[in-house]
Amino acid sequence: MKRISILAILLSLLFNSAYAETPEEKGLAIANEADKRDTGWTDQIANMSMTLKNKQGDSHTRVMKITTLEVQGDGDKSLLSFDNPKDIKGTAFLSHTHSLIPDDQWLYLPALKRVKRISSSNKSGPFVGSEYAYEDLASQEVEKYKYKWLRDETVDGRDNFIIERFPQYEHSGYTRQIVWLDKEMYQPTKLEFYDRKDSLLKTLLFLDYKQYLDQYWRPGTMEMTNHQTGKSTTLIWEDYQFKNGFTDRDFDKNTLKRAR
Amino acid sequence: MFKTVTSLSILLTNIALCDSVNANEWSGYAGLEFRGFTQSAQESRQDHSTNFSFAFEPEFYHEWDDGDQSIAFVPFVRLDENDNERTHFDIRELTYLKVAEDWELRLGVRKVFWGVTEFQHLVDVINQTDLLENLDTEDKLGQPMVNLALINDWGTVDLFVMPYFRERYFPGTSSRLRTIPHVDQERSQFESSAKEKHVDLAARYSHYFGDWDIGVSHFYGTSRDPRLLLGTDNNGNAVLTPFYDIINQTSLDLQATKGNMLWKLEALHRSGQATTYNAIAAGFEYTFVGIMDSAIDLGLLSEYHYDDRGESATSTFEDDIAFGARLAFNDAQSSEALIGLVWDRNTGGKFFNIEASRRISDSFLLEAQGRFFSNQKASDPAFAFTKDDYIELFLSYNF
Repeated sequence: MKRISILAILLSLLFNSAYAETPEEKGLAIANEADKRDTGWTDQIANMSMTLKNKQGDSHTRVMKITTLEVQGDGDKSLLSFDNPKDIKGTAFLSHTHSLIPDDQWLYLPALKRVKRISSSNKSGPFVGSEYAYEDLASQEVEKYKYKWLRDETVDGRDNFIIERFPQYEHSGYTRQIVWLDKEMYQPTKLEFYDRKDSLLKTLLFLDYKQYLDQYWRPGTMEMTNHQTGKSTTLIWEDYQFKNGFTDRDFDKNTLKRAR
Repeated sequence: MFKTVTSLSILLTNIALCDSVNANEWSGYAGLEFRGFTQSAQESRQDHSTNFSFAFEPEFYHEWDDGDQSIAFVPFVRLDENDNERTHFDIRELTYLKVAEDWELRLGVRKVFWGVTEFQHLVDVINQTDLLENLDTEDKLGQPMVNLALINDWGTVDLFVMPYFRERYFPGTSSRLRTIPHVDQERSQFESSAKEKHVDLAARYSHYFGDWDIGVSHFYGTSRDPRLLLGTDNNGNAVLTPFYDIINQTSLDLQATKGNMLWKLEALHRSGQATTYNAIAAGFEYTFVGIMDSAIDLGLLSEYHYDDRGESATSTFEDDIAFGARLAFNDAQSSEALIGLVWDRNTGGKFFNIEASRRISDSFLLEAQGRFFSNQKASDPAFAFTKDDYIELFLSYNF
């Protein structure tokens, strides 16, 4: 009997402490869990097409190949090479990303055969004329934000955590973002971006998720809408391949010069 | 017979499979160039005020062995309305590449770029400049070479053996944008008795440390930029004759990337070309991202160029300050513009440059260029271009 009462006290302590978890702690715990579940994929290749549309309906498409190396304890490394438009075919970006300090980033210009180290301190600029900023496409490390759980919400029959997150990078273009995180996948389904004046700037929808290697969820489509300009950019991801055996050598300046 | 057909069909199937498995592709561009000159030429035989020309540069690329082996072939041809010399063909690239974990081997004809500055590519010495294409020295002739890159944790060491030298192409007598008197290539002289067959050698160490990127290089062989000696042709007319010395050049290129500021330095020490000399190019580029709440980036750059030969320098950059502004519109058409001014501190000569480009459709790109020479003194090599202000439009189809 006595044993049971001790157990009851222990249980109530446990529940009390769970109850005492602040929204900030809960937000961080969810971000950590999402990060943990998406760890161990080692490396990936994917082809991506990016379609830019303006209010008038004009559209422009860029096609690129992106290879990424998972780096534990720092930002990932990635190599991106363009296939379309044809005048920039062979142009490639190499990024060694970091959480809170500027990334190391090089650009390869095939016409001149020139590798250029480029400034990366400002990640808020648009990526190749699209509605995506560099920081929207960079690897999502837990330390990049401070978190606050807002509420749970069911969208289209699926349970989501709604979390507010605040960029810790001083040159970020956003004051905050609101993430809809699917409870089953632990992946975002919707992201709202608030600009430096804290007004809603963009909404990003993640669609057509597929699971790879029985663990890792990746979206097939990402739709970014800019509410202030009426422009949008749609990304279509194809041919995901994981665990290709890449090493740091596949993400150095020598490899950049022959990226295809 | 049946056996032959079978093995042929197997072979064809294999080739077809190879094609589907490996990247095997043609790309490139074809374009039409227009140049309009704003003044009459210095010499009557150069007298045309407009010039059309056509350029075609296809590229064939094939890779296998998971991309660890590849070949690339890039021929280039230009047809020019007024200058027979500018109508020319070149193999820009014909290379075999083999990649291993700690080395890369390249055999064949190709182009290599060294350096960090924008207004002059001081230390970039491997390839001969294709001066027929543009004054900016950014077009290069393909250089035959064996290049072994040794890749280490502490940096990359590139070794080059170049068994054949490419002479510089100079514009013909009827061309604008040429020296006065013109250069007579037929009279080229070489220090080495082996002439073009002199085997040139180079080595380069390159790496980065945090936000510093560094390259240290040495080149031994035939100078790419000849001295131009005054002489006469068979009819007794004045001509310039290229003289190709054997030089030794040690160089440094360095860039520090500090936030939105890029600090750049190129320096070289060269001996063997008449006098031993030193030259530097140093400057910065600062980028304002998203000016006035727009998507437009504005880069401001300035460089100082110095050559301690002074007035006798073969380069126009002997004591010059350069300023530039770069606009990147970050729009769907990738619109860009660059304006530059180079001011010669000794002669007061000024050179203005405007470049802009905009994509018109997925396949068409329009580029514009304007070059203006002002207050050039007769003592400066740029004096020859003083009546050759021009604007250029280049429309290319890219595939």
